[in-house]
Amino acid sequence: MIDLKTLTIKKAHDHLSKKDFTASDLAHAYVKEIQNKNPDINAYLETYADIDAQAKLADQKFEAGTAGILTGIPLAIKDNILIKGRIVSSASKMLQHYTGTYDATVISKLKEHAPVFLGRANMDEFAMGGSTENSAFGVTKNPWDTSRVSGGSSGGSAAAVAADMALAALGSDTGGSIRQPASFCGLVGFKPSYGAVSRHGLMAMASSLDQVGPIAKTAEDAELIFNAIRGKDRMDSTTLEIINNTTEAKKHFRIGVPFSFMDKGVDADVMKNFTDSLEALKKLGHEIVDIELPNIDHALAVYYILMPAEVSSNLARFDGVKYGLHKDGKDLLEEYLLSRKEGFGDEVRRRIILGTYVLSTGYYDAYYNKANIVRALLVRDFETAFENVDFVATPTSPIPAFKIGEKSADPLAMYLADIFTVSANITSLPAISVPSGFANREGKLLPLGIQFTAPFKHDDTLFTIGKLFEQSRVY
Amino acid sequence: MISKGISRDGVKKLAALARIKIEPEEEEKLAKDMEHILAYVNAIQEVSGTVESRGSEKVVNALREDTQPHEPGIHTEAILREVPKRKGDYIQVKKILS
Repeated sequence: MIDLKTLTIKKAHDHLSKKDFTASDLAHAYVKEIQNKNPDINAYLETYADIDAQAKLADQKFEAGTAGILTGIPLAIKDNILIKGRIVSSASKMLQHYTGTYDATVISKLKEHAPVFLGRANMDEFAMGGSTENSAFGVTKNPWDTSRVSGGSSGGSAAAVAADMALAALGSDTGGSIRQPASFCGLVGFKPSYGAVSRHGLMAMASSLDQVGPIAKTAEDAELIFNAIRGKDRMDSTTLEIINNTTEAKKHFRIGVPFSFMDKGVDADVMKNFTDSLEALKKLGHEIVDIELPNIDHALAVYYILMPAEVSSNLARFDGVKYGLHKDGKDLLEEYLLSRKEGFGDEVRRRIILGTYVLSTGYYDAYYNKANIVRALLVRDFETAFENVDFVATPTSPIPAFKIGEKSADPLAMYLADIFTVSANITSLPAISVPSGFANREGKLLPLGIQFTAPFKHDDTLFTIGKLFEQSRVY
Repeated sequence: MISKGISRDGVKKLAALARIKIEPEEEEKLAKDMEHILAYVNAIQEVSGTVESRGSEKVVNALREDTQPHEPGIHTEAILREVPKRKGDYIQVKKILS
């Protein structure tokens, strides 16, 4: 019996190297968990038929002495990342039967290590949502309390790892979609600097905000995956080569906290846990500084203007002609109208229409242009703050995992859960969510997370602070 | 121009622009949702500031060499397999002009 509960990538790699078990044994252990738990949790939309063959390939690498740290590591892949020859649907009826025609860059980079892709993870349709309730194929339940959501949009990725149905996972993060589900499920979630990881082969949602990143059990595991997928890619012109600048091994940091931003709207247990976390950081020798981010109150409004604007453009490609769902109509126009009506769910349609509005004549200046100005001001706010501090810390989410159905009737209430995560996307900054403790609800422990944001391209220091914080855990 | 809300007719027009058919009974709900969201995002109008829009000045376009990137036809079948309606190696669509 392999103890999956306490397994990490590093530990698994050590066991595989020492031949305590093979990659095939490890894959089988995860497949068994998936068979037991997935019918209830619904983290996977599909598990792949060739898991055995993938594991054998990994075992051969160990035999040949060419194995790397990720060889044979069982991973869940969010359903908006293309793998050649496999179905990839973005949890949408629009792409229910769509097969990827090439490997995303992150996938081809991972394949060099021969990990084991277990299956494609559920998500909010086209990554739009914070609970996976917008999946066309059913909600993903939170393994800590199955009456609650796993978060989103990468909820399937997070639930798979939390329920030991994968050792780690890839997600995508446009406004918090890696960090918030990681926080709801008691995991580490990392959103890299804009450009650190290629989006070639990631289905585009809002292209000035999207990033691919890992969900894992520890900061070290997240770092191992990030290091495997990062780097400049000629297929994504926004990518950058980011040099690891953590060699100086700084151990004591100045951490800025925008306290006035947390005056209202934050759950009392979340706030208590956050202040406890700050105390723990102080005990470790870090300094906590109250900072001002003058325009931070407007981050969410900026996000809910720019994101739908980009969504409305990116999703124009789904026309029922080139690929995806097709509905017959009397002429070409009617086929567009019907295919998009049938293929898209409510939230996707809502955001496309909202985006169409903010980009339309007469409103473009007041919304889209204004939001871009406030975006630039926010970038400046963070740049100013980082002159004095190494990180900015907030809770990852203002609330713990909520009940399935609790917010689905009110889009704005759902959007407010993104309040602390969207600014990293708007400002292109890297951010990490690390487990910080629990809130007790109806006798169940619900995980909470603390979020650290670092200056642009300082991705690597987030793993340093993440590891330091993990050691200080007070629970 | 700042929105004071959107009428049902407005929603209908936007849906047409976005090429999405919506049913009459959805119009009211969508108009209400939009009204709530717009009321929230309208708050950015209070911000005063003159920073230039960042746009995409940081992005440098990546161009491939102007040569044949790969042998013609090697991806055709994989891509056309995803087309809902095809005729040979063509995508089939309804007549646009009558």
